[in-house]
Amino acid sequence: MQLSVPYVSFFVERFDEILALTVEHVEIIAVAMGLAIPIGVTVGVLISFNERVASTVIWLTGIMMTIPSIALFGLLIPVLGIGSPPVIFALVMYSQLPIVRNTYTGISQVADAQTEVGEGMGMTRKQRLRYVQLPIALPVIMAGLRNAVIIIVGVAAIGAFIGAGGLGDLIFKGIRLQNMNMIVVTTVVLSLLALTLDYGLGVVEQLLRLHNGEEIERAKLTHAIWSVIA
Amino acid sequence: MTSTIIDFENVTKEYPDGTVAIEDISFSVEEGTTTVFVGPSGCGKTTTMKLVNRLEELTSGKIYYDGQEIRSLDKIDLRRNIGYVIQEIGLFDHMTVAENVGMVPTLLEWDRARIDDRVDELLDLMDLPAETYRDQHPMELSGGQRQRVGVARALAADPDVMLMDEPFGALDPITREKLQDEFLEIQAQIDKTILFVTHDIDEALKMGDKIAIYRNGQIVQYDTPKEILTNPANDFVREFIGSDRLIKELKFMTAGDVMDETADVTGKTLSELGAAGVEFARNGQGYLTVERSETTHVALMKIYEGHVEGVLVTEGEEVVGTVTEADLKRNLSEGR
Ligand SMILES: Nc1ncnc2c1ncn2[C@@H]1O[C@H](COP(=O)(O)OP(=O)(O)OP(=O)(O)O)[C@@H](O)[C@H]1O
Ligand SMILES: [Mg+2]
Repeated sequence: MQLSVPYVSFFVERFDEILALTVEHVEIIAVAMGLAIPIGVTVGVLISFNERVASTVIWLTGIMMTIPSIALFGLLIPVLGIGSPPVIFALVMYSQLPIVRNTYTGISQVADAQTEVGEGMGMTRKQRLRYVQLPIALPVIMAGLRNAVIIIVGVAAIGAFIGAGGLGDLIFKGIRLQNMNMIVVTTVVLSLLALTLDYGLGVVEQLLRLHNGEEIERAKLTHAIWSVIA
Repeated sequence: MTSTIIDFENVTKEYPDGTVAIEDISFSVEEGTTTVFVGPSGCGKTTTMKLVNRLEELTSGKIYYDGQEIRSLDKIDLRRNIGYVIQEIGLFDHMTVAENVGMVPTLLEWDRARIDDRVDELLDLMDLPAETYRDQHPMELSGGQRQRVGVARALAADPDVMLMDEPFGALDPITREKLQDEFLEIQAQIDKTILFVTHDIDEALKMGDKIAIYRNGQIVQYDTPKEILTNPANDFVREFIGSDRLIKELKFMTAGDVMDETADVTGKTLSELGAAGVEFARNGQGYLTVERSETTHVALMKIYEGHVEGVLVTEGEEVVGTVTEADLKRNLSEGR
């Protein structure tokens, strides 16, 4: 208890600043996900037509993840300058592996029998995607998005190093000023942000499963929302 | 008068792995009738269905749909015109019952209100009250209810032809019989052309106007149930019908199938016969009659239990023929 007092007072004193940076952080993530989802899902859908291409593409997205973020920023600055553009670009890249992989897995796990039923009733390939494959795959895709968000919350913090803003600003400042309170509090806020987003997206995933008629264990929030909409 | 809607001409289907699923098959299906394809597992029944809606392409021969070669028709349009109830039900588990049933109309871009009306109408027809079942998911239903939804879905866009691949295959005998009876009633109302697959000869005899018996990718006999029962083409068919052929005949052949229409009582009403003092088929209780569509089993029971030499076959008020013990003996195979 004694120990936590300085953290709490730091949090209260700098609340406005922390809030503003959190909002900025979320904005960066939102823009990145806004770009990453359509790209990743499209790629995931396209590669589901060809197994060989699929394994190559998924391997490549895996390779992208192994590039250290600092190195990636360094490579991107000459092209995109400093600030948020290179950071957003990097976040989109890092989120591709879970999104592409889960879209692909989600679609390929749809039983052939189910797509054949769609075909037999006169669905075009596009309609099969729309009415059969994507709805069944959606919870799995959602799990991929969750994964991606957790990854990029952390990477976005490093983006502050090249001037993208967000909560990373306070961490780098804390390191420079050797202000332990600043580092600890910001880190906790970052973790809480990641956990909240994870929980929220988890609830969305469960809602999608319920919508698909699956029997699942529901989180409290899922249960509450579901009983309101159903 | 009758016209054929589906014609197979020397059709062969060889799968890419070299399996010849059906070989040199020819048959025609008349509009508005039910043709049953029956045979042991793996003899090519499902393949035959899939060739009709072009889920599989034939290797050689020709298939005509309403006089047109199916390869000249647009696949998507063709499929939307053919209701398909697949083996193992095949409902979409991620959709509600209403979404499942309304799927083909949705593909055909009917407006929302029309789809909703149609879904409710079909669910009610299938004895699944719409208010209760619309929003349920298939997993919440019993096997029998799922099958009903499957049939409703195939009927949704009012197709001319229905392909039904073992639609009642996964059900317990009691539910199955109930659905068969209901379906026969519905068929009498909707009058579709139905291609029906089963591996159960009793189901074939009950449902079919015509029956095609398959063996290893070939049709060994294509005939009416009566012909199949009384004139099996070969030992395979005889064995397939089973050792209880006489019982099946009694169960599936109707009074109309065996009656003698030449007796001089035909064309009269019961009261006319009474007035004329006709003693045939009469005992202390009055005349013994069966409906034309009743089974020979019922006729036989009445003859034995009523201690009469024969019964009158009626259609409404009118006598249309007679069935005597001798008629039964002559027509049922064991008597020959
Ligand atoms: N896609 C396929 N590729 C290769 N062989 C196939 C394929 N589909 C079916 N076959 C083979 O073709 C033959 C006929 O199969 P089909 O499914 O038409 O039989 P069926 O009469 O419907 O059998 P069941 O009563 O078991 O459903 C079988 O030997 C089967 O193994
Ligand atoms: Mg089959």
